[in-house]
Amino acid sequence: MSAERADAALDTDAPASLAWGARLAPYLCPVVTVLGLIVAWETFTRAARISRLLLPAPSDIAATLATSLPLLAHMSVITASEFLLGFALSVVVGIPLGALLVHARPVELAVYPLLVASQTIPKAAIAPIFVVWLGAGLTSKVLIAFTIAFFPIVIDTAVGLRATPPEVVNVVRSMGATPLQVFRFVRLPNALPNIFGGLKVASTLAVVGAIVGEFVSAEKGLGYLVLVANGELNTTLVFASVVTLSILGVVFYFLLELVERSVIRWHVSARRPETGTL
Amino acid sequence: MTAPFVTLDGVEKTYRAPGRVLRALDRTTFTLGRGEFVSIVGPSGCGKSTLLMLIAGLIPATAGAVAIQGERVTRPYTDVGVVFQQDALLAWRSVLDNVLLQIDVRRLPRRRYTETAHALLARVGLGGFEAYYPSELSGGMRQRVALCRALVHDPPLLLMDEPFGALDALTRDQMVLDLQRLWLEERKTVLFITHSIWEAIFLADRVVVMSPRPGRIAAVLDVDLPRPRRLAHRESPEFGRYAAEVREHFRAFGLLTET
Repeated sequence: MSAERADAALDTDAPASLAWGARLAPYLCPVVTVLGLIVAWETFTRAARISRLLLPAPSDIAATLATSLPLLAHMSVITASEFLLGFALSVVVGIPLGALLVHARPVELAVYPLLVASQTIPKAAIAPIFVVWLGAGLTSKVLIAFTIAFFPIVIDTAVGLRATPPEVVNVVRSMGATPLQVFRFVRLPNALPNIFGGLKVASTLAVVGAIVGEFVSAEKGLGYLVLVANGELNTTLVFASVVTLSILGVVFYFLLELVERSVIRWHVSARRPETGTL
Repeated sequence: MTAPFVTLDGVEKTYRAPGRVLRALDRTTFTLGRGEFVSIVGPSGCGKSTLLMLIAGLIPATAGAVAIQGERVTRPYTDVGVVFQQDALLAWRSVLDNVLLQIDVRRLPRRRYTETAHALLARVGLGGFEAYYPSELSGGMRQRVALCRALVHDPPLLLMDEPFGALDALTRDQMVLDLQRLWLEERKTVLFITHSIWEAIFLADRVVVMSPRPGRIAAVLDVDLPRPRRLAHRESPEFGRYAAEVREHFRAFGLLTET
């Protein structure tokens, strides 16, 4: 009797705890990996007595992060506004340009080869020109971030818009849809998964662009801080700046993922493997 | 035959690409009566789909004219419901919203038609699935949603291009029965394209047999079988005679060879 009851309790508990574990795994696994790496790093630098000038221990970096927090926060705001504005500009220019490539044949003929050719130019090489034209302030960084980040948005938007199944377009045209309605009801939503793919790539590129801009010429920002700290042989501050920068990049990326999840929930849930079909 | 609803007068369609000319549909003259169910049966690539696209006004004819209720079709004809082989549902809309897409595009009052949509879905056995997304449904269920979308604005004309072609045999049988039931209740004018001989005969008042490319009408059969027809009627001698007649045309085209 009591054994039966214990069995029953196990039966109801087991699936619940399993689901709990499965739900936590995506968050737990990376944390464990990162913690493991940090422990290995700490042990290595201490055991091998590595100079702080070459490779500071994680504990040193953490200490610098704490003491230099006001400075790092200030520089973060500068760099973040650079790449966020550059990203915003990429979105505002990239999505309409992608749409024009698909829907306006003259634009495609005139602009597309130029667009592709422009991507073969290393942006770091032309960054100094932007600084000469626009000065060492915010504008040049925003434009450099933009030139690096907008291309994947254009291409992915065009690819997504082109991928609309023709029979869907025909069904909607039979409803009397205008070309604009076809775009609004079918093509644009159909392209959103691709567009978000482009936005995510662009989000990381915009960060690279902002740092390239600061490396060329700047008086503030995390990239500037890296250069200055490096010049002073303050390797710990270099690492602290890099860690701050990567936190900014990761937060930005995941904010985009959150937006994606709410905007195209249908797509995110459709690609989850455990969603069965009836 | 009742009053003409759709008339095709010497309609031709030739697709031209650089270095290639493809004659899809040869001079075709045909009339579809009001409230009539006509099946078009023919081999793949015989221009059946081209014929439907021409009637729907989705592509222009190379020669000849299509008219619906006496008015020449020169752009997409909108007083119609269309169903294709691919369900063409929007993945980001729920079942109910997919049906109501018809209403949204036409800027009709959504509130009035929501009730119609619910009733239609219930009639095809999808009551309770309104909030599901297409990715959560089977192929047969998706095609039912597409059918409801084609009917929700109560069009007088229904154009169907191999709507059950991608479904398994059992689901297909059920869909054919459901379509017959819906048609008997509403008596819309239906053009139904298929490459299945039994499907064509089972559903139609008249069966149009088309030749291989360039497609033209090879024969028109009046199907004189009582309705509602039952699946078992497929094994009846009368049904067999119609099927044999269609098959004989296919054999004459060299599409069927038996030793």
